[in-house]
Amino acid sequence: MISSNLSAIFYLISGILFILALRGLSSPDTSRQGNYFGIAGMFIAVVVTFLSIGNLSTSLIYVLVLLLLGGTIGAFIAFKIPMTAMPELVAGFHSLVGLAAVFVAVAAFLNPEVFNLGFFGEIKLASLIEMSIGAAVGAITFSGSIIAFLKLRGIMSGAPITFLGQHYINLFLGLGIFILIFYLCKTQSANIFWLVIAISFLIGVLLIIPIGGADMPVVISMLNSYSGWAAAGIGFTLENTALIITGALVGSSGAILSYIMCKAMNRSFFSVILGGFGADSSSANSNAQKDKKPVKSGNAEDAAFLMKNASSVIIVPGYGMAVAQAQHALREMVDKLKKNDIKISYAIHPVAGRMPGHMNVLLAEANVPYDEVFELEDINNDFANADVAFVIGANDVTNPIAKTDPKSPIFGMPVLDVEKCKSVLFVKRSLSPGYAGVDNELFYRDNTLMLFADAKKMTEDIVKNLD
Amino acid sequence: MEIDPFIFRLSIFILSIFVGYYVVWSVTPSLHTPLMSVTNAISSVIIVGAIIAALAGSSTEIFSTSSIFGYIAIVLAAVNIFGGFLVTQRMLQMYKKKKDKKK
Repeated sequence: MISSNLSAIFYLISGILFILALRGLSSPDTSRQGNYFGIAGMFIAVVVTFLSIGNLSTSLIYVLVLLLLGGTIGAFIAFKIPMTAMPELVAGFHSLVGLAAVFVAVAAFLNPEVFNLGFFGEIKLASLIEMSIGAAVGAITFSGSIIAFLKLRGIMSGAPITFLGQHYINLFLGLGIFILIFYLCKTQSANIFWLVIAISFLIGVLLIIPIGGADMPVVISMLNSYSGWAAAGIGFTLENTALIITGALVGSSGAILSYIMCKAMNRSFFSVILGGFGADSSSANSNAQKDKKPVKSGNAEDAAFLMKNASSVIIVPGYGMAVAQAQHALREMVDKLKKNDIKISYAIHPVAGRMPGHMNVLLAEANVPYDEVFELEDINNDFANADVAFVIGANDVTNPIAKTDPKSPIFGMPVLDVEKCKSVLFVKRSLSPGYAGVDNELFYRDNTLMLFADAKKMTEDIVKNLD
Repeated sequence: MEIDPFIFRLSIFILSIFVGYYVVWSVTPSLHTPLMSVTNAISSVIIVGAIIAALAGSSTEIFSTSSIFGYIAIVLAAVNIFGGFLVTQRMLQMYKKKKDKKK
């Protein structure tokens, strides 16, 4: 058994290792080392916990078996999961952190002696507040992530579910939690503690159901943030530095990602939370009259010809490409073009995937070198000098209307200046609008050639025509 | 007058938020997905609480209600720790592969 001072120092070390883990992600070269720091930090925290308890009864065997069981399940999932399903996976993992936080809080509430928090029914006031906040945020994270998971997985419709007075109910329930925590502190009643958790589960569900599929990147980041705050709440309860540091790191990380995602969609954080986006019928109707405008459409042969004679091509991938599993065919096409000394770069909009950075991972999986992949602000000026823009599976993020029409729901959203290219190849199945329900003006431009087909099939056909 | 230890913990918490803020802003956008999966993994350090709760039972009473919650929380957190770090590793490995190929 090691002294609590010594273990506190070790917890601090593991907290620092976690900071280094995040720091490593500032560049792909240092990122793997960063991940090892993270693993080391976790290892230290777990071992120190075992050592600090010292009194290792038979329960140790159960603990180790369960640890191994969970680890095996986790490892199995980690190796099996396809990269397109990363958003669901992360949402699922968030729910586990949330539930674990709830369970630890419950354990601490039922048996406060082991955590040095007083006795059942006489828990220290500060600890009681901390554990109820930890449990409440954990519960919200859990049920919210479950809904996000179901929506992302397509088990539940991505359409926002709204009903009258929704926000008032949420507000009422939120206030209710604070009042209940106040009474919990006065009475130490277990029933109130259960009620706080139950209401928090309900809030988690109500918070996420009104949010539409298009806003999922924000939701995932937000739940990421919540899971951090839940961990921090538990960290305060357990007086554990590693947990407090980690909770703060994860909490601010998720908050920053939510901010970046909101900015990329030009949506305020509150409008996302309040939900309902994607169900706006008025914008869909206004497109009806536009549909008659002429569209130039072409086939794979035209596309191959255009690209073969270009000197630089910018590829604009979107989530549709991932859905069609076209990334490998795309990579093949790019290889052929490179052989003809054509300069290739990829332009990625921050919300190109279903979660922050998702498209980068999908391209990395298809062996696209990361130094050919550029973020919006780094590449937007290059479109004017490029010969061909190849838009595959993206839509709203290329719509020039976001720059011109203040009435459009996506007005002000940063978009890729695809239309400035000499010619634009747009792979899409039909002229239907994207997530935002807005017609894309780009379809009707003179320099746009629409390639109506499945993204994968079209790319494969182009590859054949490039020979 | 002595300072409540809570204030020290609060100081650590606030300072860590600032550290997190600056560190996360320096994360390259192309690694935002691994960032999420790794933050997921590290937030499962909550497992320390679960272990304490699970090992609390005396040898006569291994399965008290409180330790059962601890046991379950261990499984949940362990899934997350192994899953989170390994899937991050898998993703980061993909960022390496191409670099080698290019050389």
